[in-house]
Amino acid sequence: MITAVETYRSAEEAARALGGGGAIYLAGGTLVMAEVNANRTPPRLVRTVDPGLRQIVASSETIRLGAGVTMAQILASRDCAVLHDVARQIGGPQVRSMATVGGNLFARHPYGDLAVALLALGARVALAGQTSLRSLADLLRDRERPALVTQIEVPRPRGDRAFGFVKIARIHPRGASLLSIAAFLPREGSRMRGVRIAYGGMADRPIQAAAVERALEGAVLDEGTIARAVAVAAQGLEPPTDSLASAWYRREVVGVHLRRLLERLSRP
Amino acid sequence: MPKKPITFVLNGAERAAFADPGQNLLDFLRRGVGDLTPKYGCGQGGCGACTVLLDGEPVLACLTLAEAVEGRRVDTVAGLGGPAPHPLQEAFMAHFAAQCGYCTPGMLMSAKALLDRNPRPTREEVIEAISGNLCRCTGYEPIIAAILSAAASGARP
Amino acid sequence: MSDSMIEFRKDLFADERDDRLTVIGKPVRRQDILGHVTGRSPFFDDHLFEGLLHLRCARSPHHHARIRRIDVTEAERSPGVVRVLTGRDVPCNLNTLLSLLDFGIDDEPVLSGERVRYMGEPVAAVIAESEAAAREGAAKVRVDYEPLPHVLDVEEAIKPGAPVVLDIYPGNRFICHGKYDHQKLRFGDVEAALRTADYVVEGRYQMSPIEQAPIETCGAIAAPETNDRYVCYTSTQALFFSLATTSKVLRLPSSRLHFIGGTVGGGFGGKVDSIHEPLAILGAMLTGRPVKYAWDREEEMQVGGPRGAERWYITDGVMRDGRIVARKFVGYFDSGAYTRLTSYAIMKAVGHLPGPYTIPNVYADVYCVFTNRTPATAMRGFGITGVDFAIEAHMDKVAEVVGMNPIEFRILNSYRDGDMKAHRRIAKNCALIECCQVVAEKAGVALSPEAKRASSRQGGGGERAQLPPRTALDEKGRVEGFAAHGYARKGHRRGAPDTPVRPSPEPAFARTSSALPARDIASKPPSTAGAPPQPAPARAAPSQPPLPSPPSGPAPRAPIRFSSISGLRRR
Ligand SMILES: Cc1cc2nc3c(=O)[nH]c(=O)nc-3n(C[C@H](O)[C@H](O)[C@H](O)COP(=O)(O)OP(=O)(O)OC[C@H]3O[C@@H](n4cnc5c(N)ncnc54)[C@H](O)[C@@H]3O)c2cc1C
Ligand code: FES
Ligand code: FES
Repeated sequence: MITAVETYRSAEEAARALGGGGAIYLAGGTLVMAEVNANRTPPRLVRTVDPGLRQIVASSETIRLGAGVTMAQILASRDCAVLHDVARQIGGPQVRSMATVGGNLFARHPYGDLAVALLALGARVALAGQTSLRSLADLLRDRERPALVTQIEVPRPRGDRAFGFVKIARIHPRGASLLSIAAFLPREGSRMRGVRIAYGGMADRPIQAAAVERALEGAVLDEGTIARAVAVAAQGLEPPTDSLASAWYRREVVGVHLRRLLERLSRP
Repeated sequence: MPKKPITFVLNGAERAAFADPGQNLLDFLRRGVGDLTPKYGCGQGGCGACTVLLDGEPVLACLTLAEAVEGRRVDTVAGLGGPAPHPLQEAFMAHFAAQCGYCTPGMLMSAKALLDRNPRPTREEVIEAISGNLCRCTGYEPIIAAILSAAASGARP
Repeated sequence: MSDSMIEFRKDLFADERDDRLTVIGKPVRRQDILGHVTGRSPFFDDHLFEGLLHLRCARSPHHHARIRRIDVTEAERSPGVVRVLTGRDVPCNLNTLLSLLDFGIDDEPVLSGERVRYMGEPVAAVIAESEAAAREGAAKVRVDYEPLPHVLDVEEAIKPGAPVVLDIYPGNRFICHGKYDHQKLRFGDVEAALRTADYVVEGRYQMSPIEQAPIETCGAIAAPETNDRYVCYTSTQALFFSLATTSKVLRLPSSRLHFIGGTVGGGFGGKVDSIHEPLAILGAMLTGRPVKYAWDREEEMQVGGPRGAERWYITDGVMRDGRIVARKFVGYFDSGAYTRLTSYAIMKAVGHLPGPYTIPNVYADVYCVFTNRTPATAMRGFGITGVDFAIEAHMDKVAEVVGMNPIEFRILNSYRDGDMKAHRRIAKNCALIECCQVVAEKAGVALSPEAKRASSRQGGGGERAQLPPRTALDEKGRVEGFAAHGYARKGHRRGAPDTPVRPSPEPAFARTSSALPARDIASKPPSTAGAPPQPAPARAAPSQPPLPSPPSGPAPRAPIRFSSISGLRRR
């Protein structure tokens, strides 16, 4: 049962309060409040009204998203155009006006669509009280340790065909992903360099598809390359079985959706 | 356990009430303030029956911490329309867009959020706007028709 | 509603509807809709009470377990908890819903004390100052369970040696009319007809449980009134049913219960079980304060009675020209851990067989089976939906076997006005043929001129109005030791002790598998098509064993028919 709600002016103070344990950080609340309602949280709720967490700062190279930026804010910001297609597919309108970027990084399967996109884009996160940035891939590997994310720095992809996202859901609009795929395909001339492919729904957290990345790296995105990438789409992965889909189904269809996404990104 | 005093603007009028620690806005509005128009359907974001507007944006009251509305503006169906029904309410009646009526307050607030932002939505935009609201009885077609017809009527107080 | 959504076929039902009606058939604004769109329709939870308490149940984590001990001391000490109830606090802690109709044996506790039979079964109710405090308290109820083997599948449940769900039904089968472990339908001689058929087509169909999922979860608020009564605002779909159930469970005269309902946030059948009213009122009685008991969404989905699972085996005998000459059903309804309404659902289902088709030989054995799943209850299309799915899926399959267009195949076999149905009533107001014709047109399926010309008003009656010359009867599944519970049973005293006549120590099910020698029944058909069937005095063929004499008096005046609830009765 919640016995205290602590509201702090700054993210640093909130981070310190969390350090004490027996507390959970509340951002947009779309996941945490359901747990509060069901009496399944630690007794203290920690939140902050730090205005820095609600800011979007864009430069030519990067977009810096405050961890408390909502999906609706992303959709309203022209600077965030690259993320519009992803943010639009998260929840319904009410969820989008509440759900934050920071919360999405910690959302459990089947959620975390934005995190999948950010992982492919090579985002880095700033943690309260720390000066250096940490890679999102690193953070996702170890989400249990309480650390308050304050900002997410997203490199801007160059060109329309450098980034793509698909979300596969059984209910439209608004269904949860049974899987999602984000592809970051920067080109050097006609060849792809620094490829990152991220999956949601193919593990207990957003992950990179290493085999697919290897098949694409340094290659030209043509039919043959796509076939080689699709052939290893599910390699080394153990997707979950849940009410949305079985592990078998996920493994069967991930290649189909990967093919469609890559074909879309291969068209001029 | 210490209760917190919350002052906010509900449907245009200033209100104050005490919230329990961790209490959600839905429970707070219903039991603390006495506005019974937002409904409980799930308490986990799935149904949209609790939809209210917070500073004009649609939110799920069941997932909003009551304390978070301090100093902010909340709108519910209780504030929709005046002596005469709001065009949306009129359209819902004319199009049989409510059967049991339980999802209706949430549907209306999602529809209002849409029309406030986009007075001439397409059918797809209407579907998107109510995609966070479940209705188990009516079927969505009459609801979509009602919202489109309210938009077409143009009249908005 | 726009007029275009309804098409009235005057050619079909000209005699059925008077054109001078001013309301029926005309779009009318609902009287409750202003309340709905203003958010002012008063649902059960839209009533504010000062000092409202919240009730929440502690529930079984096991499918099946013996309860060794329930310890509520820690829950009672939890902050905000006012009172904790267990089965001992419930005046009459055993009920079956249809006992109000004198139908079925009490089998379900309000709060279980000795055994839990499904996951989520309530064992204690915690009443506290807030919902959060009630949740906290419920989590602190300590129960010492001894898990027992469980069974979750209907056909597993009726195998010898399966875990017994309810001791009063040792074969995990409800006893129909106190006589058989299943509901029978016998019309003609299916086995003989199957032997003469050109094709025999078998099929197996099943349907998972379906939750009604109303947007408003089930609940009730009760409060003491000043006149020694209790007011209860409830989401029930069946106000007087819930009132009478509460009266029985709490042993309170209904004059002390003031029920207010009627505004229901979606029910679809799931709000008839009367689960919340008794506990909310009991809470109000024992605390002297208003008490709310409502399910949250998880409870609604897990412990709210769904439409139960069903499994059907259908065997059709069909001739080369597409006429179905025999149809045999074996059906299993998953009642879950208790009877609730499933015993009634199977009768509704059997009354619906063999679907809207004229088939001269029909046989059904339909079982109401107990398993360790959430008890099933009503849902729209009660008792019918699952078997209709099975029948129509099977129709397609049979059409394929005989090489016919499935729509024409249906038209050929459809009921026509005046046909005799398997439950021995004459079909009237049939319209399946016309529906098929419209469907074919809309779907762009070409029909033969014959199928296009067909009409529900032609070709029925006559031969088709006859009862089968011979109906094969049997004693399969006969049990001993149960009393018939059926409200329609003449002379049965209401208020007679409801306790079951326990089955004899010799297991009543010992004989269930071996069919006793078949008896035959010959009957005279009713005279005219369309008119209610005339008396059909049962007459034994000379070479066959005589029929049991009818229960009342000499030659029966009225035909035998199946009532919707109690099986064979006279009219
Ligand atoms: C109906 C519904 C539909 C949804 N649909 C989708 C969907 O389609 N796609 C999708 O991806 N998600 C979906 N979600 C899940 C969720 O809304 C989003 O993932 C959202 O982004 C979570 O953010 P939040 O701010 O609401 O998080 P909260 O609920 O506030 O927090 C979630 C978790 O993250 C932690 N956290 C939050 N911010 C930080 C931070 N800055 N630093 C460290 N930890 C933090 C919290 O402590 C908590 O553990 C849905 C949820 C609901 C209820
Ligand atoms: S009650 Fe808030 S979304 Fe269902
Ligand atoms: S009208 Fe009943 S849920 Fe929508």
